[in-house]
Amino acid sequence: MIDWFSDLLFWIVFGAILFSLRRQRIFWTVGALALLLLFNQFFTPGFFHIQVLDGHLYGSRLDVLNQGAKVMLLSLGMVLVIATGGVDLSVGAVMAIAAAVSSRLLETEHLPAGIAIAAGLAVSILAGAWNGLLVAGFGIQPIVATLVLMVAGRGVAQLITEGQIINFHDPTMVYLGNGHLFGLPFTLTLVLVMLLIAHFFVRRTALGLFIESVGDNDEASLYSGINAKQVKFLVYTFSGFCAGLAGLVACSNIRSADANNIGLYLELDAILAVVVGGTSLQGGRFYLVGAVVGGLFIQTLTTTLYARNVSSDISPVPKALVIIAVCLFQSELFRKRLAQCLRPLGRFLRPITSRLPHNIVPDARHEAPKS
Amino acid sequence: MASPLLEVTGLSKSFPGVKALDAVDLTVRPGEIHALMGENGAGKSTLIKLVTGVFPRDAGETRLEGRTIAPKSPREAESLGISTVYQEVNLIPHLSVAENICLGRQPIWLGTIRWSAIRRRALAALARLEIALDVNRQLSSYSIAIQQMVAIARALDISAKLLILDEPTSSLDKTEVKELFGKLRKLREDGLGIIFITHFLEQVYEISDLITVLRNGRRVGCFATRELPRIELVSHMIGKAVHQVEALEQKRASTATIRSDAPLLEARALGKKGSVQPLDLSIRPGEVVGLAGLLGSGRTETARLLFGVDRPDHGTILIKDRVAKFKTPRAAIRHRIALTPEDRKVAGIIPSLTVRENIILALQASRGSWRQLPVNEQEKLADRFIQSLDIKTPSREQIVRNLSGGNQQKVLLARWLATEPKLFILDEPTRGIDVGAKAEVERLIQSLRQEGLAVLFISSELEEIVRQSQRVVILRDRRKVDELAEGEISEEAIVESIASHSVERPVA
Repeated sequence: MIDWFSDLLFWIVFGAILFSLRRQRIFWTVGALALLLLFNQFFTPGFFHIQVLDGHLYGSRLDVLNQGAKVMLLSLGMVLVIATGGVDLSVGAVMAIAAAVSSRLLETEHLPAGIAIAAGLAVSILAGAWNGLLVAGFGIQPIVATLVLMVAGRGVAQLITEGQIINFHDPTMVYLGNGHLFGLPFTLTLVLVMLLIAHFFVRRTALGLFIESVGDNDEASLYSGINAKQVKFLVYTFSGFCAGLAGLVACSNIRSADANNIGLYLELDAILAVVVGGTSLQGGRFYLVGAVVGGLFIQTLTTTLYARNVSSDISPVPKALVIIAVCLFQSELFRKRLAQCLRPLGRFLRPITSRLPHNIVPDARHEAPKS
Repeated sequence: MASPLLEVTGLSKSFPGVKALDAVDLTVRPGEIHALMGENGAGKSTLIKLVTGVFPRDAGETRLEGRTIAPKSPREAESLGISTVYQEVNLIPHLSVAENICLGRQPIWLGTIRWSAIRRRALAALARLEIALDVNRQLSSYSIAIQQMVAIARALDISAKLLILDEPTSSLDKTEVKELFGKLRKLREDGLGIIFITHFLEQVYEISDLITVLRNGRRVGCFATRELPRIELVSHMIGKAVHQVEALEQKRASTATIRSDAPLLEARALGKKGSVQPLDLSIRPGEVVGLAGLLGSGRTETARLLFGVDRPDHGTILIKDRVAKFKTPRAAIRHRIALTPEDRKVAGIIPSLTVRENIILALQASRGSWRQLPVNEQEKLADRFIQSLDIKTPSREQIVRNLSGGNQQKVLLARWLATEPKLFILDEPTRGIDVGAKAEVERLIQSLRQEGLAVLFISSELEEIVRQSQRVVILRDRRKVDELAEGEISEEAIVESIASHSVERPVA
């Protein structure tokens, strides 16, 4: 009975949010999340079940929030990098490095948790700055520049842990990924705080404008006097910091630092989250909240597949299909074509599609024929 | 006279909204170098692309050695014997010379490439140009001039009858051009027909036998090079007969606003190798200096040097008698210099940002990231310029990409006016915008001048230069050839100056 009531409340709130976003770019991302949750409401028993234990809330949806924190944090950094027209492939490896540094200082060197955590974050900022230096300072292509650390980073993490898996029981470290604040997972607060910080820096300063400008038209930005190198350096550094936070959360989740597996392939999830969130890989306009919701969507999808006992070997296949569908629906061109194909249904679809945001298709640059 | 190699009759092509080519005729005979001249947009490239099958034509006929041909692709045109070498070297720098020459038509035996045959063919093609190269070396290890030769050798590899060269000399220096011309003369003796496109008048007179002039998609005429005086060629290209130029009434701006004789900006022997030869230039507050010259004469390059986009390797820039070094446009902007670039799409607008964001961009960039212009000030600024420049946009939050060319140009002007510049460099500010917007831009320039700004005005339209400028600097072949003072400015004088030999520069 309580479950039934809380579900109803959940859907009313969620529906209201969705409705208020109907003209926003992120409508499709939140809509996709709603569809996925709706599917679980009806077909995955127990997915919506919520339990109260020791004043803390537990349940699949909270697991999603807690587990998804890593990808959401990564996608915050990633979305800014992608907006400048780049990409950061090293975030998974940077996660491993941050986890290795913090755990080693904590367990082997017996330093206080505060110092260990600060050191882990500092190293991840350095790693991000290294990427920024390669991309902005030396003009190396972002894929290549960050690939260096993606490959070498795990080796560095192995060196730091001396090839061991470091276990820890320090309450502060454990709290990071498992603790509760206001009855909700602490990671949720962490993500929200980071989102606010990022939002402040890109929208309350001119940084966001410069990022979009550099990503949209590098040359024109140069002519306008924008310091593109500085902008690029900053976003890679920030991405490194986000990766460090995600790395600490990841090792805290499992109470150990495993240099081989922490953050493995998460860079790909983060890129997908950014794309699902509506930001084009070509750079330019970016959607901070979209990227975070995108991360949530991807985690929900992963958890859904687990909950439905899809073996982890084949789960990438349905995951890929769903993501392709979401990306297709973000394209105005695709929606138009679909409306044409479904002409009988078209009369119903067109009023919806025409009312929705339309600056979505990365436009085919119309090149006027030169004579 | 030999029978025609290529005969083009009545060739026409329209693109949406433009008649790019209108019933153009062209005849090329074997053993002839035929220059194709015309200003940008005259239809030279379109003509070439129709002949080589890049675009389908709307009407007209092409005959090669008397047989009607209609190639559907450049590849098909090549197999018929028409080869083209484009402006930018269209080769692959990381492959070897031999691979580049045979790319796409590698001799194959049993499904594998016969490397020895490739090398043999490459050497044979180069031998025809009398060049000896190590064909196994990577192409990029050779100079641009040699790469150009390799491109020609590649074109010759297939039994070419007609060779089309689209601006082959734009990236070559004088001695390299000379060498290239030597090879071309040899090919002419071999009986090849050559179509040669360039913006350099000197070169046309040096190498070509005949000149076909195009203007606005129409053929103006075909002339024997020896019988066509330069001044007539220029007047054919820009569409003003020489006597007409004289008859034109000159509406001229006065120098009354020049506030002092001290220049705001002075360039002394400013130059960069491969860009512009060292030149002197000074601009005073309240003065419009026109920069005239044909396309490719070094106008844009001069602007780029003054704005810090390119770094000069020669000479100095003085701002109010103090040396200023611009490593980036940021440095130039700090000295209150503004520039609207020639190519609005590439270097001007940020297409997916809004009108407001585009307008405040340069001002915000000069303030840095942290001191963000408050949103209401941004809106005020945008609204003010939308109104004062009459930018036609549904709202200040419209995406700039959706505006017309003229309105995009006005957004760019607004971007720089917002920074309150002291020197405004306008590179072709009226190109590709409609007549009404043109007049508005011209009025704006005059009002800026009256407010005491210094303006460097670059335009291909001589009437504009004459109407706007108090002084005109004339460039040709990437060097300053003349400077006209207040009383001497007229279209005729400019045309003459562009066309005439200069004292300091003998013909190469």
